[in-house]
Amino acid sequence: MSDEHENKSGYQAQSSETIHAQSSEAITGSGSGIAPDMDYVRPAELPEQDLYHPHSFIEKWVFCQDAKVIGVQYFLTAVFTGIVGLILSWLMRLQLGFPGLAGFITAEHYYQFVTMHGMIMVVYFLTALFLGGFGNYLIPLMVGARDMVFPYVNMLSFWMFFVAVVVLMASFFVPGGPTGAGWTLYPPQTILEGTPGHGWGILLMLISLSLFVIGFTMGGLNYMITILQARTRGMTLMRMPLTVWGIFTATVLAMLAFPALLVSSIMMTLDKLLGTSFFMPTILKAGEVLEYGGGSPILFQHLFWFFGHPEVYIVALPAFGIVSDLISVHARKNIFGYRMMVWAIVGIGALSFFVWAHHMYVSGMNPWFGFFFASTTLIIAVPTAMKVYNWILTLWRGNIRINTVMLWCLGFIVTFVNGGITGIFLGNVSVDVPLSDTYFVVAHFHMVMGIAPLMVIMGAIYHWFPLVAGKMLNEKLGKWHFWITFLGAYSIYFPMHYLGFIGVPRRYYEMYDSPYMTSGVGLNEFISTAAFIVGAAQLFLVFNIIKTMKTGKKAEQNPWKANSLEWYTSTVPPEHGNFGDRLPVVHRWPYDYNVPGAEQDYLPQTAAPSEVAHTEVEKT
Amino acid sequence: MSDPNIEGFELEKGFKGMAKDTGSDQTMFKGVHWGKAMMWIFLLSDTFVFSCFLIAYMKGRSSTPAEWPNPSEVFALDAFGVPVPLLLIALMTFVLITSSGTMALAVKYGYEKNRKMCGYLILATALGGLTFVGMQAYEWSKLIHEGVRPWSNPFGAAQFGSFFFMITGFHGTHVSIGVIFLFIYCYKVFAGHYDKGKRGWFTKMKGDYVEVEILGLYWHFVDLVWVFIFAFFYLW
Repeated sequence: MSDEHENKSGYQAQSSETIHAQSSEAITGSGSGIAPDMDYVRPAELPEQDLYHPHSFIEKWVFCQDAKVIGVQYFLTAVFTGIVGLILSWLMRLQLGFPGLAGFITAEHYYQFVTMHGMIMVVYFLTALFLGGFGNYLIPLMVGARDMVFPYVNMLSFWMFFVAVVVLMASFFVPGGPTGAGWTLYPPQTILEGTPGHGWGILLMLISLSLFVIGFTMGGLNYMITILQARTRGMTLMRMPLTVWGIFTATVLAMLAFPALLVSSIMMTLDKLLGTSFFMPTILKAGEVLEYGGGSPILFQHLFWFFGHPEVYIVALPAFGIVSDLISVHARKNIFGYRMMVWAIVGIGALSFFVWAHHMYVSGMNPWFGFFFASTTLIIAVPTAMKVYNWILTLWRGNIRINTVMLWCLGFIVTFVNGGITGIFLGNVSVDVPLSDTYFVVAHFHMVMGIAPLMVIMGAIYHWFPLVAGKMLNEKLGKWHFWITFLGAYSIYFPMHYLGFIGVPRRYYEMYDSPYMTSGVGLNEFISTAAFIVGAAQLFLVFNIIKTMKTGKKAEQNPWKANSLEWYTSTVPPEHGNFGDRLPVVHRWPYDYNVPGAEQDYLPQTAAPSEVAHTEVEKT
Repeated sequence: MSDPNIEGFELEKGFKGMAKDTGSDQTMFKGVHWGKAMMWIFLLSDTFVFSCFLIAYMKGRSSTPAEWPNPSEVFALDAFGVPVPLLLIALMTFVLITSSGTMALAVKYGYEKNRKMCGYLILATALGGLTFVGMQAYEWSKLIHEGVRPWSNPFGAAQFGSFFFMITGFHGTHVSIGVIFLFIYCYKVFAGHYDKGKRGWFTKMKGDYVEVEILGLYWHFVDLVWVFIFAFFYLW
């Protein structure tokens, strides 16, 4: 493990300022180095990680402790829930676009579809996919670790998530069906008669959420400790790829926000099961006073949104991180303002805990609170805008490859700016009040936390598929997939802004002959048609994956000529332990593309300074 | 100045030095065991859970229209025919805090590889926890006997019983889980698993006395939370 053996002592004194930065002096912060050995990296602090290698099929593929397999398991389970969510959205659009065409969709069913679609997409699909899927696969590889630090707990984390998904899906088959209270589950109506699924449905939902939180906590501890305490030699915090920064910050948010969800789930379960009145005020129903009384429904809203708003960034921050890396690799340029990007991620994460009540402007609050939460909400626009500028400046004069991955990234930037700007409308109390609970809100959050992160996921799939499966996805199919999805998504959500402006309320089963529907009917049909097409277009990806696995071109190692460590594993796809006999030693950040003087247009993170002494690398 | 514990690590003074240390390679918390770091972060998350519970309790208590029961009457215990307020709870708190002390000693003897003392002290801690849970069960049954239910009670606001059973129950669950682990660790210490570096049943990872300290962190946390619950329920 000692580094002395790999020092290139033939290095002469031609060091420029930039090279000097790579010497031991910069790394250790000591001013005492007289003849700095430029390739010096501090020796390993920790012994090699003790890994348990699987002995049977079940240990290898089912109850597996390898973070990469767990990542794929998370990914596939989350995608399964996502497909369920997609089908539910189709059913909703069928009803909205062509009311009465599908007779089996009753008003109760419609509410159940809305609820399950929302909860599945936000929690079980996006959160699990980004943190459980990409997090598990990429964190150990990108920071240069052999595996997550607690592989057994990591395995439990996935299986807890799996049970949560099973419980959630079971609620489709219980008497009364799944809950139809809306994904926000606002009491008191959630657990009262008259709401679909007020019996078993809501109970299973709450149990499933609690299991999800427990499972996530186990995973989240792994992600955090692996990033903080198990990086390889030379991998300083400011040399981590932004993907890792995004996932890390999102995990911190989740560890602090999910407790509020757990607590509100437990309290509502007790309200439902034991007849406590945590969230239940005195209620008159058909002239009779119910047993409940004295509780506070607003309390639930506060707890829920204390989870719910950071949750938006739990989904968005990994997307920010991943897209930064994808753009940098495929524009062959270093990410513009790396430090600014890191601090923007951290800043957005911190601010996200102080904005939750902007979801509650119409719940009734002291105007000064509205003022406070509007201010904090609008302040978030600052770091977010910095990120957007930096992405664009990264593209500026880059050597851009217009491949499928880059298309998804560009699609993300456009969509995210769009959704972000409508967010500024909704963040202002006086503008939000008339727009509240209209399709404008639906359009806003689907753009900003539905479509935009989804674009990143798609880009990430095309980018990392060669690593995971060892084969290149078909570019032609990928471009079809992108253009239909991108244009289709805009066809769905752009008109929704207009629907919101003319006042069409959301979560309504049917508009009947309300006055605004004269102009809304045609639009609704158009939106629904687009939704069917976009949903079906995802088959391009499925087909692409099947085709690639069968006849696709075998991927070479590091097909995108990227710098970060996941492309420098001993085998492709990486085996258990990731890096073969020796862990990589890191000498630079992962964004050294097109460095003046370098032979190739990229310098891997492992390239030692003495190998690139003649180049003008940046100090990192 | 270099860190004597970590080869090649240089310490620098001031804010810049702190930033450099924090952002340096490999580990952020130098020399901190993975499991210990994990437990600290888990406890931070758990702090948020209990904070949410207690904030919800404050909100529920202040917004319910009915009168809140007087804790010094509800929680009084008859001692020789005289109702003494907070008697039981004072005993419970004493037992739990004492068990924190034995736990701290167990950690010390663990690091000294004094297997026997470490094991006995963990056993004492476990018994303390068990006593606490037992007394809590007694308190619950006494209140239930007096007609306090999660959904109603004869003393006033229904939310009193709801929050009391929920929060003390959640804390009691934490203590019970801790007791189970204390017994397991007690066995492992007496059997010498940590001296031999025997691999765990489930995790297949080698054990070490640092695990005693990690469990100790959890145990102290549970005690600390109890202090807050005590203050919020019995003294407010």
